[in-house]
Amino acid sequence: MPNLRNYETERDRFSWETARRALDGLPGGRGLNIAYEAVDRHAAGARRDHLALRFLTKRGEPRDYTYSGLRAATNRMANVLSGLGLAKGERVFALAGRIPELYISALGTLKNGNVFCPLFSAFGPEPIRQRLGIGDGRVLITTVAFYKRKVADLRSSLPGLRHVLLVGDSREIREIPQVLDFHELMAQASENFEIAETSPDDLALLHFTSGTTGMPKGAMHVHEAVVAHHMTGYFALDFHPDDIFWCTADPGWVTGTSYGIIAPLTHGITSIIDEAEFDAERWYSIVQNQRVTIWYTAPTAVRMMMRVGTEVPKKYDLGSLRFIASVGEPLNPEAVVWGQRTFGLPIHDNWWQTETGGIMIANYPALAIRPGSMGLPLPGIEAGIVRRQPDGAIETVLEPGVEGELALRPGWPSMFRGYLNEEQRYRKCFAGGWYLTGDLARRDADGYFWFVGRADDVIKSSGHLIGPFEVESALMEHPAVAEAGVIGKPDPTAGEIVKAFVSLKGSRAPCEELRDELLGFARKRLGAVVAPKEIEFIANVPKTRSGKIMRRLLKARELGLPEGDTSTLELS
Amino acid sequence: MTNDEIRALILRELRRIAPEIDADTIDPSVELREQADLDSMDILNWMIAIHEKTGVEIPEADYARMATLNDCVSYLSQRLK
Repeated sequence: MPNLRNYETERDRFSWETARRALDGLPGGRGLNIAYEAVDRHAAGARRDHLALRFLTKRGEPRDYTYSGLRAATNRMANVLSGLGLAKGERVFALAGRIPELYISALGTLKNGNVFCPLFSAFGPEPIRQRLGIGDGRVLITTVAFYKRKVADLRSSLPGLRHVLLVGDSREIREIPQVLDFHELMAQASENFEIAETSPDDLALLHFTSGTTGMPKGAMHVHEAVVAHHMTGYFALDFHPDDIFWCTADPGWVTGTSYGIIAPLTHGITSIIDEAEFDAERWYSIVQNQRVTIWYTAPTAVRMMMRVGTEVPKKYDLGSLRFIASVGEPLNPEAVVWGQRTFGLPIHDNWWQTETGGIMIANYPALAIRPGSMGLPLPGIEAGIVRRQPDGAIETVLEPGVEGELALRPGWPSMFRGYLNEEQRYRKCFAGGWYLTGDLARRDADGYFWFVGRADDVIKSSGHLIGPFEVESALMEHPAVAEAGVIGKPDPTAGEIVKAFVSLKGSRAPCEELRDELLGFARKRLGAVVAPKEIEFIANVPKTRSGKIMRRLLKARELGLPEGDTSTLELS
Repeated sequence: MTNDEIRALILRELRRIAPEIDADTIDPSVELREQADLDSMDILNWMIAIHEKTGVEIPEADYARMATLNDCVSYLSQRLK
């Protein structure tokens, strides 16, 4: 039986106070801590020997943690951080693949009252430096390989980064200056730790996201967010006590933290974590061999599975699956239909973003799917379509089918509480009693929401947000580049890919060698996931008279669309 | 095509996608993604480029069998015979 059987009834009777009561709170009324709800309360109860996390190494070997095993490991981690003298609220960053140490670090950090900030391990040195700098990271946990390749050269520019803990061969670590051995510290630390008083409003997580302009923004989340993690796991992902859940997202992005770490643990269920990169056959074999019941993945992965064809999945027994959900960008109707044919199950799209901390709008197991729609708002969530007026006022669009900006009524527990050190940017997200999401959408007559596009120039590639300004800035550092304009170019697999238009300084002429040089230059700095996949040389990057790059015009030209209003274009 | 020619071709196409890769430092028996920063889209684009240059159909289900440079060469050489 699905947890949400009647949408209207659940919505009517829902309250956040009741949702809060599904959690325990710290013993003795000492507040609310995500790691306690995720780990300790199960480790102290009937679920202590239940499998919490099963990691599959690249070679496919399982590394298992029961709830009590996870409590011991995360207690050690908390003791390590406390031993390093970290003060409450100081930031602990992690840069690693999907290895146990990353998950243990996240939960141990929360236990010690520190703020956890994951970095996507495919980032190049530049995004890493920016985020560690803006977030004032005090501790970084990473591997020997990533440290040598991406971090060692940055140390002098990060004076606030006091400790670096490395996972890897201990003899190799001893040869590296200014670092500590993660496993050596863990071995010395005690397995006992008591979580100190934690207010629901204490900062817990920092997730960087990208905007159109400026550098990445650090969205801050508090311990109270766990109420939403838990509730959305219950309604939108339909967690039941015997489920085996596989969230394929990397913890470097918000989905991989909220649902790759926290939500399944708060329900005391088993999570599968695969260390390897996407491979369709491997994925099918994991579903089969681990008896996965709920699968949470992304449209790009679904489309990649579709490319592999329908014969491959037939070789596997995928009968354990009972619910499949997807997030990151709208799932095209073909993919929904393909899921039905391949798994005998439709793929349920849902919508949320870094700032919302958890799923806000979803297609539910008990409700018929509308292919291509993001679904209906969760209980406790009020969503609307609005328009910003030129005078700054907000007009609510009530007429069905009319496009506008998707907005949410503030106040849900996992709502971000600020962009770190950027109060102004945070305030700009709210107007007329709404949080403005920056996504364009419409609502049909039955209340289903449909994604239309971004209201800004942010690029969505393989479900990840990429800020064009970051990419442009990196390209501009190359001595041959005069100007750069970066857009998202539609792509059948990734949704969008990053494409850069570059104009060169007077003395340089466009040529293949220079294209390759710029591509390599950007990739080395930004990493493959952020750097452009295509570079095109143009004589001038179109700008407004006030000097803003007209990315919309570049995009319209790329797509062969009308160029729209170019009245502010500066003619050069 | 000789194996050396195949190797040269696939490296050339790889460097069009990831020009920062220094072919001399690549260990041909170790997984490429362990040694170079390549995302799924890079691998996809690389495989498409190899297909266009050689005419060899590479079904996506076979990508896993092309994880190292040596694997790639032997996969292609078998199909180019």
